Amino acid sequence: MTVSDPETDDAVGDDKPAQPPTGPRRLLAFGRNTWRGLTSMRTALILLFLLALAALPGALLPQRSLNLPRVLDYIDAHGWWGTLLDRLQFFDVYASVWFSAIYLLLFISLVGCLLPRTVEYARALRAKPVLTPRNLSRLPHHATTETDTAPEEVVAAAKTRLKGWRVVERAETEGISLSAERGYLREAGNLLFHFAMLGLIVALALGKMFNYEGQVIVLADGSQFCNSGTLGYDSFRPGLRVDGTDLDPFCVRVNSFDATYLPNGQAEQFTAKIDYQAAGDLDSGTWRPYDLRVNEPLRIVGDRVYLLGRGYAPTFTVTFPDGQRRTQTIQWRPVDQLTMLSEGATKFDPPGVTDSAERRQRQIAITGLFAPTALIQDKILSSSHPALRDPAVAIDVMRGDLGLESGRGQSIFEIDQSLVDSGRLTRVARENLKPGGVITLDDGTKVSFDGVVPFVSLQVSHDPTQLWVLVFAVLMILGLGTSLTIKRRRVWVRATRADGGRTVVRVGGLARTDQAGYGEEFSRLAAQLLSPRRDP
Amino acid sequence: MPVNETLANYGDWLYGAAALVYVFAMVFYTTEQAFTRRAKKSEQAAAKVLVGAGAPVEPASDAPAIGLIAEAPRRSRADRFGRMAVALTVLGALLHLGSIVLRGVATGRAPWGNMYEYGASAMFVAVATWLVLMRKFDVRRLGAFVLTPVVILMFLGGTALYTAAAPVQPALQSYWLVIHVSAAILSSGLFLVPGVVSLLYLVKVKHDANPAKFASLGARLPDADSLDRLAYRTTIFAFPIYTFGIICGAIWAEAAWGRFWGWDPKETVAFVAWVVYAGYLHSRATAGWRGTRAAVINSVAFGMVVFNLFFINLVIAGLHSYAR
Ligand code: HEM
Repeated sequence: MTVSDPETDDAVGDDKPAQPPTGPRRLLAFGRNTWRGLTSMRTALILLFLLALAALPGALLPQRSLNLPRVLDYIDAHGWWGTLLDRLQFFDVYASVWFSAIYLLLFISLVGCLLPRTVEYARALRAKPVLTPRNLSRLPHHATTETDTAPEEVVAAAKTRLKGWRVVERAETEGISLSAERGYLREAGNLLFHFAMLGLIVALALGKMFNYEGQVIVLADGSQFCNSGTLGYDSFRPGLRVDGTDLDPFCVRVNSFDATYLPNGQAEQFTAKIDYQAAGDLDSGTWRPYDLRVNEPLRIVGDRVYLLGRGYAPTFTVTFPDGQRRTQTIQWRPVDQLTMLSEGATKFDPPGVTDSAERRQRQIAITGLFAPTALIQDKILSSSHPALRDPAVAIDVMRGDLGLESGRGQSIFEIDQSLVDSGRLTRVARENLKPGGVITLDDGTKVSFDGVVPFVSLQVSHDPTQLWVLVFAVLMILGLGTSLTIKRRRVWVRATRADGGRTVVRVGGLARTDQAGYGEEFSRLAAQLLSPRRDP
Repeated sequence: MPVNETLANYGDWLYGAAALVYVFAMVFYTTEQAFTRRAKKSEQAAAKVLVGAGAPVEPASDAPAIGLIAEAPRRSRADRFGRMAVALTVLGALLHLGSIVLRGVATGRAPWGNMYEYGASAMFVAVATWLVLMRKFDVRRLGAFVLTPVVILMFLGGTALYTAAAPVQPALQSYWLVIHVSAAILSSGLFLVPGVVSLLYLVKVKHDANPAKFASLGARLPDADSLDRLAYRTTIFAFPIYTFGIICGAIWAEAAWGRFWGWDPKETVAFVAWVVYAGYLHSRATAGWRGTRAAVINSVAFGMVVFNLFFINLVIAGLHSYAR
């Protein structure tokens, strides 16, 4: 089966209805027909469209893997419809049963299609160009001329003109003919393309098994992060075969973070100055410097470290009435990427209080907004620029039970609103502070805003097969380029003796791909083949 | 790097001027169309003879290309309008190119950082493709059909999507911006032509089957085979470029976003469009799918490309949203 051949490819899509089989051969015939059906071009085509169709909802509906909160909102907002979509895995399209089924079928279809084609191609490579048709003037392209040159010479001259073609010369009853063919590389390119695609799919699947991705926030004040286990991460997404025990060890220390901005606040460049150590460095304690930037991840052994985000962590000190002090610097999350207005909650336990009931009345949370460049209107704080020009916070100081012992996980950026509603956590102050500003509470506790440290959000990614995916992708391009630029052509020359000692030369041509384009090309070729010899 | 406002302004004027010149060109193409109807019959007959090539080939003669037939011995009125239309298209394209270059010089970067710039460049590629194809194929009088989407998209780009010249954000500061986006622009611009031509093919086939349908338009279109061939040739030229663009996008995403493929909406629809184009190529090798079905698939594929540009950029939030 040479599929790209216009003479035969009609057969490709059509499975000839088999003779009704008898007895035990029925099963075999059924199997064979199923296989043929699955590997036919028509099935492949339909599967391709199904794949396209199935991928589309992933672009239109929110996806769990990309944005979980939006998925939950969507389900909430759409009632039974949302629930139904969720049941049918429309929020996990690319991991869904139906998506996987389609591409698995396509994969099988592809294998079933490629194997016979490869065998066929190997055979075609060894075969001689086909016999010269009896009547060349029946071909879509043909031309004739008469000459005084002898048939042998005509054919010899034509042979030299057909450089780059595979040519056989055949003696016939009335003369000599040449049959020539070229463009064999087209099928090779096509096979390369499809095999590379198979390889790419396999590499992708392996990658899904062994990759992982973790995010972590690190203060840019010399704080460190080490890839020693999943607990070090704020969030961690393992591949199917990754349990998080065997991560490549390395450490990163974030020394400083720099951002440059345009006057309108648009970011121009982010740079985190980091040191890292991996492999032998860990034992020798060597740190190597690196400037981590967007688009310039740190690549160590099998892992990549990315600078994905940034923000500010305000520092607060609480001085309790007994004189004890506690200082914390906790990241607050940006609510506006353009101005870096941020929100958060910094939570304190009273020191030295062992009685948990008492502690639950005296815990303190500082919650509110942070602005790197304060813009205060009517005591409402907003930010006018993302750089640290004139930082300020607008905070509520809450006292009471933070719910930290309740066993329920809570966001590091928020306080538990239900405790406020139930009156167990109450607001004891509300104020705007600049660095150095202090609030004194009714019981003598002092809360001071000391300053700000920038933080970076890092992502560590591990994908052992991504290089293979790239290699296969490049092979795909090469195969595609070859198969789409090379054209398969056949040409025949026949020289026969006519009455009166003259020689009749006939040329015929058949395009096996892109027939429409062969006209001009054939005319040129025919003109060359038919022209009288010009050599001395 | 500060932006040179003056140059940027000149660039915007050239953009407007180019769009205006295209509109005039459209009028002339349409006029040519209107005058061509009667010339059609004899022309087709002439073309047939040449393609059939049953007669002995004159050894010395270069077989004339079909396109040359349009130059009838006596230059008809239609022909003169057609030539003016082409001249206007060339002028428009030059102004258009000038506007893109000025944007690039004014901002000191590749001028493909937002939708306005992207659209401007893609439409330039579409027009340039058309100019090249007109030299090869006898399709000049279809110019209006190609310029119509170009002018519409340019109008949208220059109004709703207009973005003042500015530097780009950190994620876009990479040489991959040049490689990935130029491949995307090149292929989208190229795809516009087969997208339009496939629609015309469908009209022509309907008309051929029943001359009462699309009576006036159908009669003036080139024969269905030429349209089909034109669409196919352009598509197979653009498809590897599109593939290359997607792969470069993946390489860039690996550096910028931490993974080479994440089913971001833009990635997803690019994948869908790619698969549909692959379907188009396969359909031409599948019994019963050539011709009409293939043309429908090609139009749908181009529809996906446009959908990816507008809907995904404007309506759906994703990592590509910088382009807003
Ligand atoms: C994800 C699935 C597939 C994709 C994306 C894909 C893509 C492509 C592309 C881009 C081409 C263009 C090359 C050319 O036209 O020469 C092509 C050609 C071809 N493919 Fe596939 N393919 C897929 C699956 C299959 C399957 C399952 C089969 C067999 C049943 C198949 C058989 C062919 C054949 C015979 C050609 C040559 C057609 C021609 O000469 O125009 N492909 N494919």
